[in-house]
Amino acid sequence: MGGEMIVAEDLHKAFYSHRRRGRIEAVAGISLRVAKGETYGLIGPDGAGKSTMMRLLNGLYIPDKGRASVGSYDTVRQFREIHRISGYMAQRFALYGDLTVAENLRFFGRAYGLSAAECAERVPKLLRFAGLDRFPQRLAARLSGGMKKKLALASMLIHNPEVVFLDEPTLGVDPVSRREFWDLLSALRAERGLTIFVCTPYMDEAERCHTVGLIYEGRLIAQGTPHDIRALLPGQMVELRTNNLRAAEIIAGVEGVLEVQTYGRLLRVFVEDARRRIAALVGAIEASGIEVSGARVAEPGIEEAFVYLIRRQRQGEMRRP
Amino acid sequence: MLQRIWAVMQKQFIQTLRDRRTLMVIIALPVLMLFLMGYAVEIQVDHIRTVVVDHSRDQRSWSFIEALENSGFFDVLYYVESQDEAIRAIDEGRARAAVVIPPDFLGAVERGEAQALVIIDGSDAMTVQSAYNAAITVAESYSVDLLTRKLERSQPGAHGAALQPLDVRVRVLYNPDMKAIIFMVPGIVAMILQNQATSLTAFSIVKEREAGTIEQLLVTPIRPLELMIGKLVPNVVVASINMLTILGLGVFWFKVPFSGSIWLFFWMALLFMVSSLGLGILVSTVSSTQAQAQQLVLMILIPSLVLSGYIFPREMMPKLVRFAGDLIPMTYFLQISRGIITRGVGLRLVWSQVVSLLIYAAVVFALSAGSFKQRLE
Repeated sequence: MGGEMIVAEDLHKAFYSHRRRGRIEAVAGISLRVAKGETYGLIGPDGAGKSTMMRLLNGLYIPDKGRASVGSYDTVRQFREIHRISGYMAQRFALYGDLTVAENLRFFGRAYGLSAAECAERVPKLLRFAGLDRFPQRLAARLSGGMKKKLALASMLIHNPEVVFLDEPTLGVDPVSRREFWDLLSALRAERGLTIFVCTPYMDEAERCHTVGLIYEGRLIAQGTPHDIRALLPGQMVELRTNNLRAAEIIAGVEGVLEVQTYGRLLRVFVEDARRRIAALVGAIEASGIEVSGARVAEPGIEEAFVYLIRRQRQGEMRRP
Repeated sequence: MLQRIWAVMQKQFIQTLRDRRTLMVIIALPVLMLFLMGYAVEIQVDHIRTVVVDHSRDQRSWSFIEALENSGFFDVLYYVESQDEAIRAIDEGRARAAVVIPPDFLGAVERGEAQALVIIDGSDAMTVQSAYNAAITVAESYSVDLLTRKLERSQPGAHGAALQPLDVRVRVLYNPDMKAIIFMVPGIVAMILQNQATSLTAFSIVKEREAGTIEQLLVTPIRPLELMIGKLVPNVVVASINMLTILGLGVFWFKVPFSGSIWLFFWMALLFMVSSLGLGILVSTVSSTQAQAQQLVLMILIPSLVLSGYIFPREMMPKLVRFAGDLIPMTYFLQISRGIITRGVGLRLVWSQVVSLLIYAAVVFALSAGSFKQRLE
């Protein structure tokens, strides 16, 4: 193994927006590298440019500027070679609802040039792998959301790709199915050394990636291992549980507080040396007559890092003009 | 390449056969149309409900009215007293025509200056034409008849018929009974072929776009041309079945004579189908939903019906309009189709139309292959 599977250099792509009466940059200068066998997660809110990035890497869009390659093939000139070695799962359920599960798999197998014998061998295996072997004759439209996603995954694996692109593969899927889907991906990674490029708005899924890229308004605002990303947060995190939303304002005014994030009744406060400061923080809130029902030092996740980074980005933008 | 085309074709066949309801409509529609045309449409209008105002009430007026009735075109409902009353009867829709005979018809006929007025309801074009022609024909033959008898009386021994300076006899070729169905069947075949081939293709491609499956197809090794061919073949089969249904029903049920070579007709129909399928691909490239495609197909169909000569004879159209009709493939196929089915002509007599269709098919296909993109934008 070794070497790079996906390389993007300063990719730009703009679209005309009727609403804004002008061109807006969906991808505004993204560079990234994904090693063979690595799982790369592109994380960001809706409209950040994730799907555009996916389509650029698959040769479905031509970049306005910059270049990209997959498996050393250029995404503009050699997109057919890329399609041969890659699988792509579009965001919408993009299989044929009026074909059965097995027919869908067979169609994609034949489309990728597999012989009838190869199809006959691989289809049952993939059905078993995806946990769909009990209903090969069911129409794809009648599958549950989670099963549809598994079928889509199975059909993009039929030609044994080296790299797969998954555009929000678990959108609208229940938590149990989501976990199952990711377990399938982990198995693939372990068995075949598959390179996985995945877009998701779910932060917990980011934790299962080797490398995470945070995308916001067409730009990568941070990139690294989940650990690196978390390390971008200043200080340490204290979780406070209160029943009054005013607590956030009070705490923000306390000296030495670097960052406050509100998650319902939960306040996540970032300070240096959390263990020593925790009592002072609780005291500041209780001094205003607000009850604090819980306080602890906790490990921050990707989500907190992401919220922090986006907030910093926005403040930077407001200062700029 | 063949394998990929085959994969798309198989998929398309499964999808077509699985959607029973749509398939039923596709197959039943032409049959329904043929029966409608066969039983409801008659280009010749006869048994026109007629009222009579007879101011003479003599022997001549009676025999003239009898002659009108005997022609089969006019059914005398009743007599009214005045022209106003007759017009009121037409206004109220009780009658479509009225015959007004002035006083002293007998005397006027003897003097050779008789006049009769025929009033026709002009709100229906077909009725006007039929009633007008019938009234003139009846009056003419009635006059000739009178004249002959008069001459025979004054010159005993003279042979009446020989006295007519000119005798025109019309013989209608291919369709002596002027049956609408014979005239309609080649046109219905053309219309069905164009409409179904265009819409089936446009819909099947737009459906992939609507469902988002096109994105998944684009990342497979299937090339646009392979996708097009794979999608076209099942549609050709469906459209062919329809064509055979119509021809079969026309020939065996409605007894429409098929005079020419069935094989020649088949190849010509295939050529026409291919150009219509290409048109369908063009429609699909500019529509993003099936509803849009539907509207576009309709927008192509209506000028085709009006300008191709399917309903209205092209000879009567102004030059510019006729030129617009020249751009429509159906115009050529209609001429070919009527030539082969009704007149039984061979390739030699329709070759210019065939060349036009070939050029058309080539252009449409080149355009559609070029506009079908491998990318999403």
